[in-house]
Amino acid sequence: MSSVENLTGHGTAVHIDTEHGHHEEHHHHETFITKYVFSQDHKMIAKQFLITGMIWAIIGGLFSVLFRLQLGYPEETFPWLEDLLGHWAKGGKLDPEFYYALVTMHGTILVFFVLTAGLSGTFSNFLIPLQVGARDMASPFLNMLSYWFFFLSSVIMFSSLFVQTGPASGGWTIYPPLSAIGEASSGSKIGMDLWLVSMAMFIVSALLGGLNYISTILNLRTKGMSMTRLPLTIWAFFFTAVLGVLSFPVLLSGAILLLFDRNLGTSFYLSDLVVNGKILPNEGGSAILFQHLFWFLGHPEVYIILLPAMGMSSEILSTNSRKPIFGYMAMVASLFAIAILAFLVWAHHMFVTGLNPMLGGFFVLLTLLIAVPSAIKVFNWLTTLWRGNIRFTPAMLFAIGFVSLFISGGLTGIFLGNSALDIHLHDTYFVIAHFHIVMGVASFFGMFAGVYHWYPKMYGRYLNNTLGYIHFWITIIGAYLIFWPMHYEGLAGMPRRYYDFSSWESFKMFGGLNQFISFVSIIVFLAQLLFVFNFFHSIWKGRKVTSTNPWGSNTLEWTTPVNPGHGNWPGEIPEVHRGAYDYGKDGKEFIPQDVPVGADESHH
Amino acid sequence: MMAALKIDNSGNTGRQRKMHPHKFTLWIGIGSILMMFAGLTSAYIVKRNQASWTSFELPKVFWLATGVILVSSLTMFLALRNIRQRQMARYRILLMTTMLLGIAFVLLQTFGFVQLWKNGQTLQSTVSYSFLYIIVGLHALHVVGGVVALVVMFLKIFSTRQRNYSAVPVEVMSTYWHFVDVLWIYLLLFLLMIK
Repeated sequence: MSSVENLTGHGTAVHIDTEHGHHEEHHHHETFITKYVFSQDHKMIAKQFLITGMIWAIIGGLFSVLFRLQLGYPEETFPWLEDLLGHWAKGGKLDPEFYYALVTMHGTILVFFVLTAGLSGTFSNFLIPLQVGARDMASPFLNMLSYWFFFLSSVIMFSSLFVQTGPASGGWTIYPPLSAIGEASSGSKIGMDLWLVSMAMFIVSALLGGLNYISTILNLRTKGMSMTRLPLTIWAFFFTAVLGVLSFPVLLSGAILLLFDRNLGTSFYLSDLVVNGKILPNEGGSAILFQHLFWFLGHPEVYIILLPAMGMSSEILSTNSRKPIFGYMAMVASLFAIAILAFLVWAHHMFVTGLNPMLGGFFVLLTLLIAVPSAIKVFNWLTTLWRGNIRFTPAMLFAIGFVSLFISGGLTGIFLGNSALDIHLHDTYFVIAHFHIVMGVASFFGMFAGVYHWYPKMYGRYLNNTLGYIHFWITIIGAYLIFWPMHYEGLAGMPRRYYDFSSWESFKMFGGLNQFISFVSIIVFLAQLLFVFNFFHSIWKGRKVTSTNPWGSNTLEWTTPVNPGHGNWPGEIPEVHRGAYDYGKDGKEFIPQDVPVGADESHH
Repeated sequence: MMAALKIDNSGNTGRQRKMHPHKFTLWIGIGSILMMFAGLTSAYIVKRNQASWTSFELPKVFWLATGVILVSSLTMFLALRNIRQRQMARYRILLMTTMLLGIAFVLLQTFGFVQLWKNGQTLQSTVSYSFLYIIVGLHALHVVGGVVALVVMFLKIFSTRQRNYSAVPVEVMSTYWHFVDVLWIYLLLFLLMIK
């Protein structure tokens, strides 16, 4: 990280910005602590989010490998598991309790710590000031706090892995009453409290970040950068932040009530319970109430994960097709529509909880409506690619892979959105396949696309392309090999969260398939380690970036020096004269946003 | 310290700025806090429509607390007016009064809860009281947050290192303070009308 900072950073950043004051000579005050640890520079905070997210991704991915070992090879024992996990894997076989803990933590880690903080935390921080033309976030201090709350939350969640009774194990949705009663399972003891406290810290972090993103986008755009000239990345981050700011507090309410139920004897979610033959005194609560509060966040959360990937893919597809994005306004409008609908569909997660079927009908309708903006986006991505002058960089491949996964995962969403079909499909592997493809892997592809594309801006070096291509092909083929077969298992009724299918006559036939899935998932996991190696190796040893605009891109981040200092532009912030997608216009390959409109230019 | 790396973002847009970014951030934050209370109050409504709901009485001392927080809003308003007119001595006194009134509000509410608890209306007694404790308690926590900010602001006046006559932090503070005031009035009416 340190060796690349001296290319242009120190030399030019001491420029005095006469108009804006306060900015001169800031490099002189930087120490190791203020630059790398308690940094207020949005670019450094972005890298902190990214690297923390990567560590979490390795942990969360490893967990899935561990429980896939159990699912694929239920008869086998792995003595090394006992060395690794101690009493959680006696005799080399996962303890059933710990299996649930692994599934729960896999979900929690991937959904929140990797695909929320690691994805939107990284790229909102990195790209918003650079692409709207601001020196930093509206409040760099709150931005720093946002990372450190995330760090604190990470420490608490990580420590929960090491407590005697194990981490939370009631599923990532932590439905009460299971999660509310310590006697109910070992994962509902201290691990659950740590989960809730950690998530409370996480919510604070997400809110501080979101506030900053919104006010930076709305208030700190450079001269000429009207909202309709914003790159689609920024629009996506904007809607992501709005979703987060409006939905996370509701989860916080739900979590607070759950903490009270657990520790202070209230009965918000609890009623008429008998645990281990003991009648609990709790009266008058409702477990469904928690589900409403949870999914009011939980559903927008999947768009919090997905929208940044959509925005970055749009940008990368257009740049590397050397074509304007097809239907810019339609892209913005469909993002907006998705953001609105995100708040109106939460109950489709609750079709089989006794929801009024009449009410279910409305939620079916609203859910299926999401197909409309989604289809608009897919159409526009494909038409952007259509007859483009495509450069197949690793970033571009991942962006195309994102579109592919979004289509295949989105189609199964139409199945699941029907409350009638859901009676059969709910809680089966069909659901697992659907959301892993459309939300998990697709967003991961968006994130990889972003890392490969903006890595030169982050570190002033390129990632290794060959490793990038290997990473891409193994991951895309592997992802389909893992999740495609799960659709069949799900249609056959194979339920999720089961520890061992070999004792069920009806699911025995899937033994070989499960083994195959587990085998592929191990290979895909190893391929991700290749990416991690590529990432860290390239920070110090990667090929150096020599031009400021290596991809021939239009957006403002490529007008900064190769290694921008704190404040981003050594001189004045460039003025914007056009939208972000003037590719292949008037015979020019690309026209960056800061180029004034020429007299001979066609329609503008 | 970290402040050495201050990046001045103001004035880098060509447009007429309507609002300071910090103030804008606060407004979005207020939206976010509102969503939290919306979550709690809608959970409350859902629960109230189910069987076994028991009604409750608010402690009388809450009315006094309401008066106190209303007066504190007034003193906050006057403090802002005085710093704008560079009446630093008066500003200081008014800020301190607001702070003390804020503390008084929290103490009065605590007193109310102690009374309830002594009457056997504890946190665990019924769901309605659980909600009362949590909703009112979370609001009080937001007031405490405001008081802490006021204390910091008050101490900064006496800092010899830097003199600051900028009204912006005070504007942000006063917006937040009026917000917790209005939020309390809303919660009070909510708890009175739907119980």
